[in-house]
Amino acid sequence: MSQDRRTLLKTAAVASAVPVVGLPARARAQSTTLKIGVLNDQSGVYREISGPTSTACVRQAIVDSGIAAKGVNVEVVQADHQNKPDVGATIARQWIDRDGVDVIVDVPNSAVALAVNGIVREKNKAYFNSTGGTTELTGGQCSPNTIHWTYDTYMLAKSTGGAMVKTGGDSWFFITADYAFGHDLERNTTKFVQEAGGKVLGSVKHPLQSTDFSSYLLQAQQSRAKVIGLANAGTDTINSVKQAAEFGVTRRGTKIAVLLMFINDVHSLGLNAAQGLVCTESFYWDLNDRTRAFTKRVLPSLGGNYPAMSHAGCYASVLHYLKAVADMGAAAAKASGADAVARMKAMPTDDDCFGQGSIRADGRKLHPAFLFEVKTPAESKGPWDYYKLLQTTSAEDAWRPLSEGGCSLIRT
Amino acid sequence: MAADSITATPETSRVRGLPGLQALGFNRAQSIAFLLLLAFLAIGPFFLYPVFLMKLLCFALFACAFNLLIGYVGLLSFGHAMFFGMGGYLAAHSAKVWGFTPELAILTGGAMGALLGVISGWLAIRRQGIYFAMITLALAQMVYFLCLQMRFTGGEDGIQGVPRGRLFGVFDLSADLSMYWLVAAVFLIGFLLINRVIHSPFGQVLTAIRENEPRAISLGYRADDYKMLAFVLSATLAGVAGGTKALVFGIATLTDVYWAMSGEVVLMTLLGGLGTVFGPAVGAAVIVTMQNYLAEFGAWVTVIQGGIFVICVVAFRAGIVGEIARWLRVRL
Repeated sequence: MSQDRRTLLKTAAVASAVPVVGLPARARAQSTTLKIGVLNDQSGVYREISGPTSTACVRQAIVDSGIAAKGVNVEVVQADHQNKPDVGATIARQWIDRDGVDVIVDVPNSAVALAVNGIVREKNKAYFNSTGGTTELTGGQCSPNTIHWTYDTYMLAKSTGGAMVKTGGDSWFFITADYAFGHDLERNTTKFVQEAGGKVLGSVKHPLQSTDFSSYLLQAQQSRAKVIGLANAGTDTINSVKQAAEFGVTRRGTKIAVLLMFINDVHSLGLNAAQGLVCTESFYWDLNDRTRAFTKRVLPSLGGNYPAMSHAGCYASVLHYLKAVADMGAAAAKASGADAVARMKAMPTDDDCFGQGSIRADGRKLHPAFLFEVKTPAESKGPWDYYKLLQTTSAEDAWRPLSEGGCSLIRT
Repeated sequence: MAADSITATPETSRVRGLPGLQALGFNRAQSIAFLLLLAFLAIGPFFLYPVFLMKLLCFALFACAFNLLIGYVGLLSFGHAMFFGMGGYLAAHSAKVWGFTPELAILTGGAMGALLGVISGWLAIRRQGIYFAMITLALAQMVYFLCLQMRFTGGEDGIQGVPRGRLFGVFDLSADLSMYWLVAAVFLIGFLLINRVIHSPFGQVLTAIRENEPRAISLGYRADDYKMLAFVLSATLAGVAGGTKALVFGIATLTDVYWAMSGEVVLMTLLGGLGTVFGPAVGAAVIVTMQNYLAEFGAWVTVIQGGIFVICVVAFRAGIVGEIARWLRVRL
């Protein structure tokens, strides 16, 4: 608001000093600076899937958009929320109140993601969540200022559960983290497995942050299920995958479907432990010519990391935002985050990472979901050559239907 | 260590306190420090970001409550996150779902802390030293897993979108500055209450128990009752701090009940100065400032924090305030 008044005053001053029609408008356009804040985990468990790579991808989007040539200056700031919701909330408020940040991007960790969602809505800025997975962002807590770009737990369950059955994995056993996140993932996946004609033979729950998965893995093997579904996250997933490799589960023909995994996790596990795993991502750097072109452009600034879908989401959301900015004018985009998001929803999306797509009224970005299998060390031809494509779930089928989300934006 | 300086300081130092502040139990140095604190509270929000200051004050109150137990009773609790976190959850739930006004929500948080304090204190107070720390840690982990499972806490999403509401149903707190004055008032009340307790006859008995428990018992004091009361008081204030923080941010999450939070409050107290009145608040300020203002350094946050801790451990053995007090030869 005050920013608005200031630009107005500046324009008035220029207009009174230089009596040339048309010049004030140009002067205003040139003086507009947009600020994008990348808020994520730079030192903890989510560093590899968000962290500095996300910031580099946002910078790449600014370069690729060519917005600087249109007289709009875009700055990037970044901060480490340390996976503490109060730290994340303080930074987000401070960015908006004091530093004039217009857009907040990335934000892994669902508690922080939802906290920022509330703040951005209150302050009428724009928020593109890429690394968070909670469906609440487009459900009960959906907001006119938020776009949930890359993935959510519903899409993971749908793609991994439904598409897996089509490739022959029709009997399942779940190893589930014993809290709401794990329960939801198991319940959703079970539904899609059954809808596709498969059956679930059983499940076992383990406490959060377990170190010993041997008894659960033995139970899963004894069930003789063709697929063992891991409905857990973070260190639990890493530990269970490693121990499954030690037991030789995949070598005996059982598939392990990891419901939440990124290519960076495969990299840190190594192909020896990760080979044969099945997982879902909405982006893979070696998927087609456009994704390879994007990866080639951004790679020099990533310091050895490769982009995962979460990073691609940061790139694509900022690129689309800057297209909307070029369309509606930077001053208007700065004045109201909700207007900018509405313009983004009205425009079809097209970028190198996700191809053509669209954004739904509840803030859900729609694009296909891909089911990948991790290659064996023999199949892998080069660095980060990790995935082979098993199945594609189309953009129409991959996401939770609008009517099931309970988003209040839909009824009005 | 810090204990010597407290017991060795003659009682007469309190007599020389500034008039008016004597009643609160402050000596002259403490009175000056307290006036500085008041000045900081009054002008702080005009120079620093109010939300950051509010967070700082919530953690300062939490650390002061913790210090009451470790600094003056000598009990190292490693489970204080359960009072802080559950206080936050209950305050958030009561404000959001039951529609409580902010002051009632904060009191609900305090009551939750007190209730948990009675239950866990009843079990833990019978043991000392490492056993006491382990029992409190175990109980706190139980509470953590309860919070992870229970419906009302929202699991790993936490309770979100808690309204700040209207104080006494009248004053709107949605502006940061008005919320700040409430938080500052809560902090001051808690701080003065702790200070009053420390300097009361009850507090003197607590110190006696810390110094030599068998002797205190032989003098006829029921040590367990005293320890229990101090424990519950500390838990209550931790609950109040947690509840206030939940209202400030409008969220209550698992981070606050996690064991790492119990560790953080130990760190704050040690860094500021164990058994000093102002130490915990200073320690909390240092830690919270680091968390916030180092955030932009990205991956370097933890490295810089580690470096600062090493410097503090080497240079300030008695904590920042403890060390300053020793230089100035006063009690702070």
